[in-house]
Amino acid sequence: MIRALGWVLRRDLLLAFRRRGDVVNALVFFVIVVSLFPLGVGPEASQLRNMAPGVLWVAALLACMLSLARLFAPDHQDGTLEQMLLAGEPLVVLVAGKVISHWLMSGLPLVLMAPLLGLQFDLPGDALAVLCVSLLIGTPVLSLIGAVGAALTLGVRGSGVLVALLVLPLYVPVLIFGAGAVGAVAAGTGAEAHLLLLGGFLALSVVLAPWACAAALRIAME
Amino acid sequence: MSKSRKFSWYYFSSPQSFYPLAGTLQPWFAALAVLLCAVGLYISFFVAPTDAQQGESYRIIFIHVPAAWMSMFLYLVMGFWSGVGLVLNTRLSSMVATALAPTGALFTFIALWTGALWGKPTWGTWWVWDARLTSELILLFLYIGFMALQAAIDDQRRADKAGAVLALVGVINIPIIYFSVKWWSTLHQGASVSMTGAPTMAKTMLLGMLIMALGFWMYSIAATLARVRCVILERERQTDWVAAEIGGQK
Amino acid sequence: MNWGSWQNFLAMGGYGLYVWGSYVVTLVVLVAEIVALVMRRRGVIERLAKYYAARRRDHETEA
Repeated sequence: MIRALGWVLRRDLLLAFRRRGDVVNALVFFVIVVSLFPLGVGPEASQLRNMAPGVLWVAALLACMLSLARLFAPDHQDGTLEQMLLAGEPLVVLVAGKVISHWLMSGLPLVLMAPLLGLQFDLPGDALAVLCVSLLIGTPVLSLIGAVGAALTLGVRGSGVLVALLVLPLYVPVLIFGAGAVGAVAAGTGAEAHLLLLGGFLALSVVLAPWACAAALRIAME
Repeated sequence: MSKSRKFSWYYFSSPQSFYPLAGTLQPWFAALAVLLCAVGLYISFFVAPTDAQQGESYRIIFIHVPAAWMSMFLYLVMGFWSGVGLVLNTRLSSMVATALAPTGALFTFIALWTGALWGKPTWGTWWVWDARLTSELILLFLYIGFMALQAAIDDQRRADKAGAVLALVGVINIPIIYFSVKWWSTLHQGASVSMTGAPTMAKTMLLGMLIMALGFWMYSIAATLARVRCVILERERQTDWVAAEIGGQK
Repeated sequence: MNWGSWQNFLAMGGYGLYVWGSYVVTLVVLVAEIVALVMRRRGVIERLAKYYAARRRDHETEA
């Protein structure tokens, strides 16, 4: 089973490496969206500092969501997904591998990029650290929940917008506590509670999401 | 070998046998709905006294709270029947779940609308980001997502099952979402702005809300029964019994 | 609860717009749902009747 997981991971990372542009595009989207907000509300530093946690988290969330289109659709189109369903390995393991690779390609770059953008919003150092940690814990949850949405809308007309409609309401708790953690640190109160809750969401979604995703894939491929 | 025929509820699990049952039950639920809502409205306008702090504007609570209760209850029921259809592979359960969604979404809309109209005189703005209204907004998105997903998938069985997975994921998430939004709202606004707190419940107010809620419940059942009959006709059109039914209608 | 007069009842202590705005819109929404259901049922029956008539014609011409 671990071998199967490793195989899926290696394959996905190799494919992503061959199309580095996709990963970079998501990152550039993140940067552009974050830059739009000061252009929209004005450059006043204290206002931007207040907005920063929310803006950064929403942009990360949207970037994650956009990259969901690359999760199952390419494999569905070239027939690999069908082979995965027919393979002897448990589908849950293969799904887990795909989600991990998706996070490595879309979530992790955001975690690394976020501090630079946080500086643009004049966030203090400890807030930047908490921003990274909250994104580190939160973006896997976004990938896990997003995978369920991507599996449900596989091959459906207009699936891009539909995935957003399905998945964004489910992202709300992660957003609340992720941005809340950074806000709490910036305000002086501790972020432990927020981060612990995010960790709880991660644990819950690691347990439940792969099952739901595998079920959704089977339904989509019947 | 003869076997005595025992009555079983499973008899009604086929669309063909449920269709006439729904037709018979629907007028009764509709009548109950009218009766209960009439009593509830009477209480809300003529029995419940004026509130000391909010004046007459608090009377909106007799629609707002029951509608919010119904919107959440109907989502749970929808999730339940969806899940039954997914696990037991019964068509009728999925049809009932599909039929429940629009009514649930409408009650969510009513809760949001009345919440806005209550917030304006009480707190000065048309929208109040308190826990209940924000949760209702997200619930509306969940309903719309369910309906959009089912509408987008052409294959009927796939649409049923995909909707079921989505509805079940939603059911698990609703307490998490509500808790998160409650935390978020107390953190940012403090407990002063809360529609769950005000006003303090006098017995007549609670009674009025309960009766309106029951009335809305009966209405939802009646509307869902009517809608599921349409859904059954549409989906079972290849069967002989539907052909006979339509032939009889003309 | 004694309102005293129709005007008082309609005015709702100054909050008439909000209270009646809520109750009336709720009524409109629920009535609209009922109307939509009635129309949906009629549409389904009409469409299916046409479908069955077309199917009968097909069978007759085949036979």
